[in-house]
Amino acid sequence: MSVVPPAYYVGLSAILFTIGVVGVLVRRNPLVIFMSIELMLNAANLAFVAFGRAHGAADGQIIVFFVMTVAAAEVAVGLAIIVAIFRARFRINVDDLALMRW
Amino acid sequence: MEWVVFVVVALAAIASALGLVIRPNPLHGALFLVANLFCVAVLYLMLRAEFLALAQVIVYAGAIMVLFIFAIMLLIPGRAEEGPDPLVRARRLALPLAAVLGIVVVLVAGYTGGPAPGAAPGGVGAIGRLLFTDYLFPFEVTSLLLLAALVGALTLAKRREAGGSRPIDSRVAAEGR
Repeated sequence: MSVVPPAYYVGLSAILFTIGVVGVLVRRNPLVIFMSIELMLNAANLAFVAFGRAHGAADGQIIVFFVMTVAAAEVAVGLAIIVAIFRARFRINVDDLALMRW
Repeated sequence: MEWVVFVVVALAAIASALGLVIRPNPLHGALFLVANLFCVAVLYLMLRAEFLALAQVIVYAGAIMVLFIFAIMLLIPGRAEEGPDPLVRARRLALPLAAVLGIVVVLVAGYTGGPAPGAAPGGVGAIGRLLFTDYLFPFEVTSLLLLAALVGALTLAKRREAGGSRPIDSRVAAEGR
């Protein structure tokens, strides 16, 4: 029997999500930005599980399962892109990669 | 007792998330993220989501973070964030905006979710049954997504044979590192 209400888990996930947003906005290293995105995904997962617990349904856990799969695919492709950029230019800084920005 | 565990784990999760954002070395950040993922896995256990806690440790902390650390070791961008920041004013603006976002989200989250119901939402059996009945189509689409990611990553990582860049090892050696 859970003593801690799910609202506290949702609040914690909100805090973690905000920290992830700060990481994406403030850092310049694409790998750290990527890890901050993972942090945000993880916070959203925690909120899903907490809501599923609040409603007594397992559907939230299924969604988290799918989010994990999508995160794995995203990391594989994203890291391949970062490695390819690094190979082509040898220094990675997201502010230098303004080629496709108008 | 459960409150004690929750507070300790929540503080550890927040501290490790802050460590990821603050520490300049991305390798330290990756290890902080591993700690954060473990903390969230403990929270999953407390929410009676045993399957997700195990999947979190195996898939996230096991597979995805190994991929991250492998990329960090391959690229060695430990000194990447040096020199003057061209966007320093925009970055200063990011902190108060993020603070406003955090306050709003926490306030909204405070109004959601009531007391926990008595019955836990099933175990691994319930998840498996749901996954292969109601969510069968998204499950199959997921396999397609993984295949596309596999092919995409291989295509991106493939070295161009003619007229391409030099191998990365000789470049690192030429850099005199």
